[in-house]
Amino acid sequence: MLAYLFYIVAAITVTTAVYLIFEKNPVFGALYLIQTMVSLAVLYILLEAQFVAAVQIIVYAGAIMVLFLFVIMLLNLDIGEETKNALPYQRIPAILMGIALFTIICIVIRSKLLQGKQDQYTTAFVQGVGNTKLIGNLLFTEYLLPFEITSILLFVAAIGAIMLAKRKL
Amino acid sequence: MLRSKNAADWGNVSEMNKEFLVYLVIVCVKILLVFGVVQLMVISMIWLERKIMAHMQVRLGPMRVGPHGLLQPIADGIKLLFKEDIIPEKASKLLFVLAPAMAMVPAMLTFAVIPFGDAVKILGYKVDLVITDVNIGFLYIFGVSSLGIYGIVMAGWASNNKYSLLGGIRSSAQMISYELTLGLSLIGVVMMTESLSLVDVVNAQAKLWNIILQPIGFFIYFTSAIAEVNRCPFDLPEAESELVAGYHTEYSSMKFAMFFMAEYANMITVSAIAVTFFLGGWQGPFLPPVVWFLLKLSGCLFFFIWIRSTFPRLRYDQLMHFGWKFLLPLSLFNILITGLVIVIKG
Repeated sequence: MLAYLFYIVAAITVTTAVYLIFEKNPVFGALYLIQTMVSLAVLYILLEAQFVAAVQIIVYAGAIMVLFLFVIMLLNLDIGEETKNALPYQRIPAILMGIALFTIICIVIRSKLLQGKQDQYTTAFVQGVGNTKLIGNLLFTEYLLPFEITSILLFVAAIGAIMLAKRKL
Repeated sequence: MLRSKNAADWGNVSEMNKEFLVYLVIVCVKILLVFGVVQLMVISMIWLERKIMAHMQVRLGPMRVGPHGLLQPIADGIKLLFKEDIIPEKASKLLFVLAPAMAMVPAMLTFAVIPFGDAVKILGYKVDLVITDVNIGFLYIFGVSSLGIYGIVMAGWASNNKYSLLGGIRSSAQMISYELTLGLSLIGVVMMTESLSLVDVVNAQAKLWNIILQPIGFFIYFTSAIAEVNRCPFDLPEAESELVAGYHTEYSSMKFAMFFMAEYANMITVSAIAVTFFLGGWQGPFLPPVVWFLLKLSGCLFFFIWIRSTFPRLRYDQLMHFGWKFLLPLSLFNILITGLVIVIKG
Protein backbone atom coordinates (compact mmCIF):
# COMPACT_ATOMS: atom_id res chain seq x y z
CA MET A 1 0.00 0.00 0.00
CA LEU A 2 2.76 2.46 0.98
CA ALA A 3 4.74 1.43 -2.10
CA TYR A 4 1.80 2.27 -4.36
CA LEU A 5 1.40 5.60 -2.61
CA PHE A 6 5.08 6.27 -3.22
CA TYR A 7 4.75 5.56 -6.95
CA ILE A 8 1.68 7.78 -7.28
CA VAL A 9 3.24 10.70 -5.39
CA ALA A 10 6.57 10.27 -7.17
CA ALA A 11 4.80 10.33 -10.54
CA ILE A 12 2.98 13.55 -9.55
CA THR A 13 6.24 15.11 -8.37
CA VAL A 14 8.11 14.33 -11.57
CA THR A 15 5.19 15.32 -13.82
CA THR A 16 4.74 18.71 -12.17
CA ALA A 17 8.51 19.28 -12.23
CA VAL A 18 8.56 18.60 -15.99
CA TYR A 19 5.54 20.87 -16.50
CA LEU A 20 7.35 23.57 -14.52
CA ILE A 21 10.21 23.52 -17.02
CA PHE A 22 8.04 23.52 -20.16
CA GLU A 23 5.37 25.97 -18.97
CA LYS A 24 5.56 29.31 -20.80
CA ASN A 25 3.45 31.29 -18.33
CA PRO A 26 5.56 32.04 -15.23
CA VAL A 27 2.57 32.12 -12.88
CA PHE A 28 1.52 28.60 -13.89
CA GLY A 29 5.16 27.57 -13.62
CA ALA A 30 5.25 28.79 -10.02
CA LEU A 31 2.03 26.89 -9.27
CA TYR A 32 3.55 23.68 -10.68
CA LEU A 33 6.58 24.26 -8.47
CA ILE A 34 4.30 24.60 -5.43
CA GLN A 35 2.71 21.26 -6.29
CA THR A 36 6.20 19.73 -6.60
CA MET A 37 7.09 21.05 -3.13
CA VAL A 38 3.89 19.69 -1.60
CA SER A 39 4.35 16.25 -3.16
CA LEU A 40 7.94 16.21 -1.90
CA ALA A 41 6.53 16.83 1.58
CA VAL A 42 4.29 13.78 1.14
CA LEU A 43 7.36 11.74 0.17
CA TYR A 44 9.09 12.90 3.37
CA ILE A 45 6.09 11.74 5.39
CA LEU A 46 6.31 8.34 3.67
CA LEU A 47 9.94 8.25 4.85
CA GLU A 48 8.75 8.91 8.44
CA ALA A 49 10.36 12.36 8.43
CA GLN A 50 7.34 14.36 9.59
CA PHE A 51 9.34 17.33 10.81
CA VAL A 52 11.12 17.77 7.48
CA ALA A 53 7.76 17.45 5.69
CA ALA A 54 6.18 20.17 7.82
CA VAL A 55 9.14 22.49 7.40
CA GLN A 56 9.14 21.80 3.65
CA ILE A 57 5.55 23.02 3.43
CA ILE A 58 5.94 25.97 5.79
CA VAL A 59 9.19 27.28 4.32
CA TYR A 60 9.08 26.35 0.64
CA ALA A 61 5.41 26.02 -0.28
CA GLY A 62 4.15 28.59 2.24
CA ALA A 63 6.76 31.34 2.29
CA ILE A 64 9.33 31.21 -0.50
CA MET A 65 6.84 30.38 -3.26
CA VAL A 66 4.50 33.15 -2.12
CA LEU A 67 7.36 35.59 -2.56
CA PHE A 68 8.12 34.08 -6.00
CA LEU A 69 4.50 34.56 -7.06
CA PHE A 70 4.54 38.05 -5.58
CA VAL A 71 7.52 39.06 -7.70
CA ILE A 72 6.20 37.35 -10.85
CA MET A 73 2.87 39.14 -10.51
CA LEU A 74 4.53 42.50 -9.96
CA LEU A 75 6.78 42.13 -13.00
CA ASN A 76 4.75 40.11 -15.47
CA LEU A 77 1.20 41.28 -15.63
CA ASP A 78 0.21 40.24 -19.16
CA ILE A 79 -1.29 36.78 -19.45
CA GLY A 80 -0.03 34.71 -22.37
CA GLU A 81 2.62 37.14 -23.59
CA GLU A 82 5.31 35.30 -25.56
CA THR A 83 8.57 35.77 -23.68
CA LYS A 84 11.51 36.53 -25.95
CA ASN A 85 14.64 34.46 -25.60
CA ALA A 86 16.71 37.02 -23.76
CA LEU A 87 19.81 34.84 -23.47
CA PRO A 88 20.42 33.22 -26.90
CA TYR A 89 23.87 31.79 -26.06
CA GLN A 90 22.66 30.13 -22.90
CA ARG A 91 21.44 26.84 -24.32
CA ILE A 92 24.66 24.83 -24.86
CA PRO A 93 26.40 25.88 -21.63
CA ALA A 94 23.16 25.18 -19.76
CA ILE A 95 22.98 21.63 -21.13
CA LEU A 96 26.64 20.98 -20.27
CA MET A 97 26.26 22.36 -16.75
CA GLY A 98 23.11 20.34 -16.28
CA ILE A 99 24.89 17.12 -17.23
CA ALA A 100 27.79 18.03 -14.91
CA LEU A 101 25.44 18.70 -12.00
CA PHE A 102 23.55 15.46 -12.62
CA THR A 103 26.83 13.51 -12.63
CA ILE A 104 27.96 15.12 -9.38
CA ILE A 105 24.62 14.33 -7.73
CA CYS A 106 24.84 10.70 -8.89
CA ILE A 107 28.40 10.37 -7.58
CA VAL A 108 27.50 11.89 -4.21
CA ILE A 109 24.48 9.61 -3.82
CA ARG A 110 26.53 6.52 -4.72
CA SER A 111 29.51 7.49 -2.53
CA LYS A 112 27.78 6.93 0.85
CA LEU A 113 28.93 10.44 1.81
CA LEU A 114 25.39 11.41 2.78
CA GLN A 115 24.42 8.37 4.79
CA GLY A 116 23.65 10.19 7.99
CA LYS A 117 23.17 8.58 11.39
CA GLN A 118 22.61 4.87 11.46
CA ASP A 119 23.58 2.33 14.13
CA GLN A 120 21.43 3.32 17.14
CA TYR A 121 18.95 5.40 15.14
CA THR A 122 16.55 2.67 14.12
CA THR A 123 13.00 3.44 13.00
CA ALA A 124 11.61 2.30 16.34
CA PHE A 125 14.05 4.52 18.26
CA VAL A 126 13.23 7.57 16.12
CA GLN A 127 9.51 7.01 16.55
CA GLY A 128 9.93 6.56 20.30
CA VAL A 129 11.81 9.82 20.89
CA GLY A 130 9.98 11.76 18.19
CA ASN A 131 11.28 13.17 14.98
CA THR A 132 11.33 16.82 16.00
CA LYS A 133 13.03 16.28 19.35
CA LEU A 134 15.76 14.12 17.83
CA ILE A 135 16.56 16.63 15.09
CA GLY A 136 16.59 19.45 17.64
CA ASN A 137 18.93 17.59 19.96
CA LEU A 138 21.38 16.67 17.21
CA LEU A 139 21.25 20.13 15.65
CA PHE A 140 22.16 21.89 18.90
CA THR A 141 24.81 19.42 20.10
CA GLU A 142 26.67 17.46 17.47
CA TYR A 143 25.95 19.65 14.45
CA LEU A 144 26.04 23.00 16.24
CA LEU A 145 28.95 24.41 14.23
CA PRO A 146 27.59 23.63 10.73
CA PHE A 147 24.17 24.84 11.89
CA GLU A 148 25.55 28.19 13.08
CA ILE A 149 27.69 28.60 9.96
CA THR A 150 24.63 28.03 7.77
CA SER A 151 22.63 30.58 9.72
CA ILE A 152 25.40 33.17 9.38
CA LEU A 153 25.56 32.41 5.65
CA LEU A 154 21.82 33.07 5.31
CA PHE A 155 22.15 36.21 7.39
CA VAL A 156 24.93 37.53 5.16
CA ALA A 157 22.84 36.75 2.07
CA ALA A 158 19.90 38.67 3.52
CA ILE A 159 22.07 41.68 4.36
CA GLY A 160 23.63 41.51 0.90
CA ALA A 161 20.21 41.55 -0.74
CA ILE A 162 19.16 44.57 1.29
CA MET A 163 22.42 46.41 0.51
CA LEU A 164 22.03 45.74 -3.23
CA ALA A 165 18.38 46.74 -3.34
CA LYS A 166 18.60 49.76 -1.10
CA ARG A 167 21.73 51.85 -1.62
CA LYS A 168 20.69 54.56 0.80
CA LEU A 169 19.80 53.28 4.24
CA MET B 1 -7.25 -29.58 8.81
CA LEU B 2 -6.44 -27.09 6.14
CA ARG B 3 -9.96 -25.89 6.11
CA SER B 4 -10.14 -25.31 9.87
CA LYS B 5 -6.88 -23.35 9.79
CA ASN B 6 -8.29 -21.23 7.04
CA ALA B 7 -11.40 -20.65 9.07
CA ALA B 8 -9.31 -19.52 12.03
CA ASP B 9 -7.44 -17.15 9.78
CA TRP B 10 -10.65 -15.81 8.44
CA GLY B 11 -11.82 -15.29 11.99
CA ASN B 12 -8.72 -13.24 12.77
CA VAL B 13 -9.00 -11.24 9.60
CA SER B 14 -12.63 -10.41 10.20
CA GLU B 15 -11.78 -9.44 13.78
CA MET B 16 -9.07 -7.10 12.50
CA ASN B 17 -11.33 -5.85 9.75
CA LYS B 18 -14.01 -5.11 12.27
CA GLU B 19 -11.65 -3.02 14.38
CA PHE B 20 -10.42 -1.18 11.30
CA LEU B 21 -13.98 -0.65 10.14
CA VAL B 22 -15.00 0.81 13.50
CA TYR B 23 -11.98 3.10 13.43
CA LEU B 24 -12.85 4.18 9.89
CA VAL B 25 -16.48 4.87 10.80
CA ILE B 26 -15.48 6.88 13.89
CA VAL B 27 -13.01 9.00 11.94
CA CYS B 28 -15.49 9.63 9.12
CA VAL B 29 -18.24 10.61 11.58
CA LYS B 30 -15.83 12.95 13.37
CA ILE B 31 -14.76 14.60 10.12
CA LEU B 32 -18.36 15.06 8.97
CA LEU B 33 -19.41 16.35 12.37
CA VAL B 34 -16.60 18.89 12.64
CA PHE B 35 -17.12 19.97 9.02
CA GLY B 36 -20.86 20.39 9.59
CA VAL B 37 -20.46 22.28 12.85
CA VAL B 38 -17.91 24.66 11.35
CA GLN B 39 -20.17 25.36 8.36
CA LEU B 40 -23.07 25.94 10.71
CA MET B 41 -20.94 28.31 12.76
CA VAL B 42 -19.95 30.17 9.60
CA ILE B 43 -23.61 30.71 8.73
CA SER B 44 -24.56 31.80 12.23
CA MET B 45 -21.47 34.04 12.41
CA ILE B 46 -22.68 35.99 9.39
CA TRP B 47 -26.01 36.65 11.12
CA LEU B 48 -24.38 37.37 14.48
CA GLU B 49 -21.90 39.80 12.99
CA ARG B 50 -24.62 41.82 11.31
CA LYS B 51 -26.75 41.82 14.46
CA ILE B 52 -23.98 42.66 16.94
CA MET B 53 -22.51 45.35 14.70
CA ALA B 54 -25.95 46.85 14.21
CA HIS B 55 -26.64 47.01 17.94
CA MET B 56 -23.21 48.50 18.61
CA GLN B 57 -24.03 51.22 16.09
CA VAL B 58 -27.54 51.71 17.55
CA ARG B 59 -29.31 50.08 14.62
CA LEU B 60 -31.48 46.98 14.45
CA GLY B 61 -29.79 45.03 11.67
CA PRO B 62 -31.71 42.37 9.68
CA MET B 63 -35.26 42.10 11.09
CA ARG B 64 -37.57 41.03 8.23
CA VAL B 65 -36.70 37.40 7.47
CA GLY B 66 -37.76 35.26 10.42
CA PRO B 67 -37.75 36.37 14.06
CA HIS B 68 -35.06 39.05 14.48
CA GLY B 69 -33.78 38.24 11.00
CA LEU B 70 -32.72 34.77 12.08
CA LEU B 71 -33.36 33.30 8.63
CA GLN B 72 -31.41 36.06 6.89
CA PRO B 73 -28.30 33.87 6.18
CA ILE B 74 -30.53 31.28 4.46
CA ALA B 75 -32.17 34.00 2.36
CA ASP B 76 -28.72 35.36 1.49
CA GLY B 77 -27.50 31.88 0.59
CA ILE B 78 -30.46 31.25 -1.74
CA LYS B 79 -29.97 34.66 -3.33
CA LEU B 80 -26.27 33.99 -3.95
CA LEU B 81 -26.99 30.55 -5.42
CA PHE B 82 -29.41 31.97 -7.97
CA LYS B 83 -27.25 34.91 -9.03
CA GLU B 84 -25.57 34.86 -12.41
CA ASP B 85 -22.08 33.43 -12.24
CA ILE B 86 -19.84 35.78 -14.24
CA ILE B 87 -16.34 34.86 -15.39
CA PRO B 88 -14.54 37.84 -16.97
CA GLU B 89 -13.59 37.45 -20.65
CA LYS B 90 -9.86 37.97 -20.10
CA ALA B 91 -9.60 36.06 -16.85
CA SER B 92 -7.44 32.98 -16.50
CA LYS B 93 -10.43 30.61 -16.34
CA LEU B 94 -8.94 27.63 -14.53
CA LEU B 95 -7.36 29.65 -11.74
CA PHE B 96 -10.38 31.91 -11.49
CA VAL B 97 -12.59 28.92 -10.76
CA LEU B 98 -10.02 27.18 -8.58
CA ALA B 99 -9.17 30.17 -6.35
CA PRO B 100 -12.28 30.15 -4.09
CA ALA B 101 -11.75 26.47 -3.33
CA MET B 102 -8.07 27.10 -2.63
CA ALA B 103 -9.09 29.74 -0.10
CA MET B 104 -11.69 27.50 1.53
CA VAL B 105 -9.84 24.19 1.92
CA PRO B 106 -6.90 25.22 4.18
CA ALA B 107 -9.32 26.93 6.57
CA MET B 108 -11.19 23.65 7.03
CA LEU B 109 -8.07 21.42 7.13
CA THR B 110 -6.67 23.05 10.26
CA PHE B 111 -9.51 21.63 12.34
CA ALA B 112 -8.08 18.13 11.89
CA VAL B 113 -5.68 18.63 14.82
CA ILE B 114 -7.70 20.84 17.17
CA PRO B 115 -8.98 18.92 20.23
CA PHE B 116 -12.53 19.97 21.10
CA GLY B 117 -13.17 17.70 24.07
CA ASP B 118 -11.87 14.99 26.39
CA ALA B 119 -11.92 11.33 25.31
CA VAL B 120 -15.41 9.84 25.68
CA LYS B 121 -16.73 6.27 25.64
CA ILE B 122 -19.37 5.55 22.99
CA LEU B 123 -20.76 1.96 22.82
CA GLY B 124 -17.64 0.63 24.50
CA TYR B 125 -15.22 2.30 22.12
CA LYS B 126 -12.91 5.06 23.37
CA VAL B 127 -13.31 8.07 21.12
CA ASP B 128 -10.86 10.98 21.30
CA LEU B 129 -12.63 14.22 20.54
CA VAL B 130 -9.99 15.31 18.06
CA ILE B 131 -9.87 14.13 14.46
CA THR B 132 -6.20 13.21 14.65
CA ASP B 133 -3.55 13.85 17.30
CA VAL B 134 -0.29 14.21 15.37
CA ASN B 135 2.96 14.91 17.18
CA ILE B 136 3.70 17.84 14.85
CA GLY B 137 0.27 19.45 15.29
CA PHE B 138 1.75 22.90 15.79
CA LEU B 139 3.79 22.69 12.59
CA TYR B 140 0.84 21.19 10.73
CA ILE B 141 -1.31 24.22 11.57
CA PHE B 142 1.25 26.62 10.19
CA GLY B 143 1.95 24.49 7.14
CA VAL B 144 -1.71 24.39 6.22
CA SER B 145 -2.52 27.99 7.07
CA SER B 146 0.46 29.23 5.06
CA LEU B 147 -1.13 27.63 1.98
CA GLY B 148 -4.29 29.71 2.54
CA ILE B 149 -2.63 32.73 0.91
CA TYR B 150 -2.69 31.14 -2.53
CA GLY B 151 -6.46 31.30 -2.90
CA ILE B 152 -6.46 35.07 -2.43
CA VAL B 153 -3.34 35.67 -4.51
CA MET B 154 -4.62 33.51 -7.37
CA ALA B 155 -8.01 35.23 -7.27
CA GLY B 156 -6.28 38.59 -7.52
CA TRP B 157 -4.13 37.55 -10.43
CA ALA B 158 -6.62 35.43 -12.38
CA SER B 159 -9.28 38.17 -12.42
CA ASN B 160 -7.04 40.28 -14.69
CA ASN B 161 -8.20 43.43 -12.96
CA LYS B 162 -5.88 45.99 -11.40
CA TYR B 163 -7.87 46.37 -8.19
CA SER B 164 -8.02 42.61 -7.73
CA LEU B 165 -4.29 42.32 -8.37
CA LEU B 166 -3.47 45.10 -5.91
CA GLY B 167 -5.67 43.39 -3.32
CA GLY B 168 -3.97 40.05 -3.93
CA ILE B 169 -0.48 41.53 -3.69
CA ARG B 170 -1.35 43.47 -0.57
CA SER B 171 -2.75 40.40 1.07
CA SER B 172 0.27 38.24 0.27
CA ALA B 173 2.65 40.85 1.70
CA GLN B 174 0.47 41.25 4.77
CA MET B 175 0.04 37.55 5.40
CA ILE B 176 3.77 36.80 5.07
CA SER B 177 4.59 39.59 7.53
CA TYR B 178 2.06 38.56 10.13
CA GLU B 179 2.46 34.80 9.77
CA LEU B 180 5.95 35.23 11.21
CA THR B 181 4.71 36.85 14.41
CA LEU B 182 1.75 34.45 14.51
CA GLY B 183 4.13 31.49 14.66
CA LEU B 184 6.59 33.14 17.05
CA SER B 185 3.84 34.13 19.49
CA LEU B 186 2.96 30.46 20.03
CA ILE B 187 6.59 29.35 20.51
CA GLY B 188 6.45 30.47 24.15
CA VAL B 189 3.56 28.09 24.82
CA VAL B 190 5.33 25.26 23.00
CA MET B 191 8.48 25.89 25.09
CA MET B 192 6.49 25.58 28.31
CA THR B 193 4.54 22.52 27.18
CA GLU B 194 7.60 20.81 25.64
CA SER B 195 5.37 19.27 22.99
CA LEU B 196 4.08 20.15 19.54
CA SER B 197 0.93 18.08 19.98
CA LEU B 198 -2.20 20.15 20.60
CA VAL B 199 -3.64 17.50 22.92
CA ASP B 200 -0.59 17.88 25.18
CA VAL B 201 -0.93 21.67 25.06
CA VAL B 202 -4.52 21.43 26.30
CA ASN B 203 -3.68 18.84 28.97
CA ALA B 204 -0.88 21.06 30.31
CA GLN B 205 -3.42 23.82 31.00
CA ALA B 206 -5.55 21.79 33.43
CA LYS B 207 -4.60 24.01 36.39
CA LEU B 208 -3.67 27.33 34.85
CA TRP B 209 -4.50 28.80 31.45
CA ASN B 210 -1.59 29.91 29.32
CA ILE B 211 -3.03 33.39 28.88
CA ILE B 212 -1.92 34.14 32.47
CA LEU B 213 1.59 32.81 31.89
CA GLN B 214 1.91 34.20 28.37
CA PRO B 215 -0.02 37.50 28.25
CA ILE B 216 2.35 39.08 25.70
CA GLY B 217 2.14 35.96 23.57
CA PHE B 218 -1.66 36.11 23.59
CA PHE B 219 -1.67 39.79 22.66
CA ILE B 220 0.73 39.19 19.76
CA TYR B 221 -1.19 36.11 18.64
CA PHE B 222 -4.56 37.83 18.56
CA THR B 223 -3.27 40.93 16.79
CA SER B 224 -1.49 38.87 14.14
CA ALA B 225 -4.50 36.59 13.80
CA ILE B 226 -6.73 39.55 12.93
CA ALA B 227 -4.22 40.60 10.29
CA GLU B 228 -3.85 37.03 9.05
CA VAL B 229 -7.56 36.62 8.35
CA ASN B 230 -7.77 40.09 6.77
CA ARG B 231 -10.27 41.48 9.25
CA CYS B 232 -10.80 45.08 10.20
CA PRO B 233 -8.66 47.06 11.24
CA PHE B 234 -6.20 45.11 9.07
CA ASP B 235 -8.51 44.52 6.08
CA LEU B 236 -6.32 46.39 3.60
CA PRO B 237 -6.64 43.71 0.86
CA GLU B 238 -10.34 44.51 0.54
CA ALA B 239 -10.37 48.18 1.47
CA GLU B 240 -13.47 49.34 -0.42
CA SER B 241 -12.53 53.00 -0.43
CA GLU B 242 -9.33 52.28 -2.36
CA LEU B 243 -9.68 48.92 -4.12
CA VAL B 244 -13.44 48.50 -4.84
CA ALA B 245 -13.51 45.10 -3.12
CA GLY B 246 -9.92 43.93 -3.46
CA TYR B 247 -9.23 40.42 -4.65
CA HIS B 248 -12.88 39.42 -5.04
CA THR B 249 -13.95 42.42 -7.12
CA GLU B 250 -14.69 40.25 -10.20
CA TYR B 251 -16.35 37.42 -8.31
CA SER B 252 -20.08 36.89 -8.16
CA SER B 253 -22.64 34.30 -7.13
CA MET B 254 -21.45 31.23 -5.21
CA LYS B 255 -17.74 31.86 -5.86
CA PHE B 256 -18.03 35.15 -4.02
CA ALA B 257 -19.90 33.35 -1.26
CA MET B 258 -17.06 30.87 -0.96
CA PHE B 259 -14.54 33.66 -0.33
CA PHE B 260 -16.91 35.04 2.23
CA MET B 261 -17.24 31.65 3.91
CA ALA B 262 -13.48 31.12 3.76
CA GLU B 263 -12.96 34.37 5.64
CA TYR B 264 -15.36 33.32 8.38
CA ALA B 265 -13.98 29.78 8.50
CA ASN B 266 -10.50 31.25 8.89
CA MET B 267 -11.76 33.41 11.71
CA ILE B 268 -13.19 30.36 13.47
CA THR B 269 -9.92 28.48 12.89
CA VAL B 270 -7.66 31.12 14.41
CA SER B 271 -10.09 31.51 17.31
CA ALA B 272 -9.99 27.75 17.90
CA ILE B 273 -6.18 27.88 17.93
CA ALA B 274 -6.30 30.78 20.40
CA VAL B 275 -8.64 28.77 22.65
CA THR B 276 -6.39 25.70 22.41
CA PHE B 277 -3.11 27.47 23.06
CA PHE B 278 -4.07 30.22 25.49
CA LEU B 279 -7.54 29.70 26.96
CA GLY B 280 -7.22 26.13 28.20
CA GLY B 281 -8.92 24.39 25.28
CA TRP B 282 -11.89 22.33 26.44
CA GLN B 283 -10.86 22.50 30.13
CA GLY B 284 -13.37 23.98 32.55
CA PRO B 285 -15.50 23.11 35.58
CA PHE B 286 -19.15 21.89 35.74
CA LEU B 287 -20.11 22.02 32.06
CA PRO B 288 -19.13 19.28 29.57
CA PRO B 289 -15.81 19.89 27.73
CA VAL B 290 -17.35 20.41 24.28
CA VAL B 291 -19.64 23.12 25.67
CA TRP B 292 -16.66 24.86 27.27
CA PHE B 293 -14.78 24.72 23.99
CA LEU B 294 -17.71 26.24 22.06
CA LEU B 295 -18.24 28.90 24.75
CA LYS B 296 -14.63 30.04 24.61
CA LEU B 297 -14.71 29.92 20.83
CA SER B 298 -17.80 32.14 20.77
CA GLY B 299 -16.09 34.55 23.15
CA CYS B 300 -13.13 34.89 20.78
CA LEU B 301 -15.42 35.34 17.78
CA PHE B 302 -17.38 38.03 19.61
CA PHE B 303 -14.07 39.79 20.23
CA PHE B 304 -13.38 39.77 16.48
CA ILE B 305 -16.75 41.44 15.77
CA TRP B 306 -16.25 43.90 18.62
CA ILE B 307 -12.88 44.97 17.26
CA ARG B 308 -14.30 45.34 13.75
CA SER B 309 -16.99 47.73 14.87
CA THR B 310 -14.64 49.72 17.09
CA PHE B 311 -11.39 50.37 15.25
CA PRO B 312 -10.81 52.38 12.04
CA ARG B 313 -8.72 50.83 9.27
CA LEU B 314 -4.95 51.28 9.37
CA ARG B 315 -2.94 52.79 6.53
CA TYR B 316 -0.81 50.29 4.59
CA ASP B 317 2.59 51.58 5.74
CA GLN B 318 1.33 51.71 9.34
CA LEU B 319 0.33 48.08 9.02
CA MET B 320 3.77 47.02 7.78
CA HIS B 321 5.64 49.11 10.36
CA PHE B 322 3.46 47.75 13.14
CA GLY B 323 4.15 44.17 12.07
CA TRP B 324 7.89 44.34 11.45
CA LYS B 325 9.05 47.04 13.85
CA PHE B 326 6.81 46.42 16.84
CA LEU B 327 5.22 42.95 16.87
CA LEU B 328 8.26 41.02 15.60
CA PRO B 329 10.76 42.40 18.17
CA LEU B 330 8.12 42.00 20.86
CA SER B 331 7.55 38.35 20.00
CA LEU B 332 11.32 37.66 19.99
CA PHE B 333 11.54 39.38 23.38
CA ASN B 334 8.70 37.19 24.63
CA ILE B 335 10.56 34.02 23.55
CA LEU B 336 13.73 35.28 25.26
CA ILE B 337 11.92 35.99 28.54
CA THR B 338 10.12 32.62 28.43
CA GLY B 339 13.43 30.84 27.86
CA LEU B 340 15.10 32.74 30.72
CA VAL B 341 12.29 31.91 33.15
CA ILE B 342 12.35 28.24 32.15
CA VAL B 343 16.13 28.09 32.68
CA ILE B 344 15.98 29.89 36.04
CA LYS B 345 13.17 27.66 37.30
CA GLY B 346 15.23 24.68 36.18
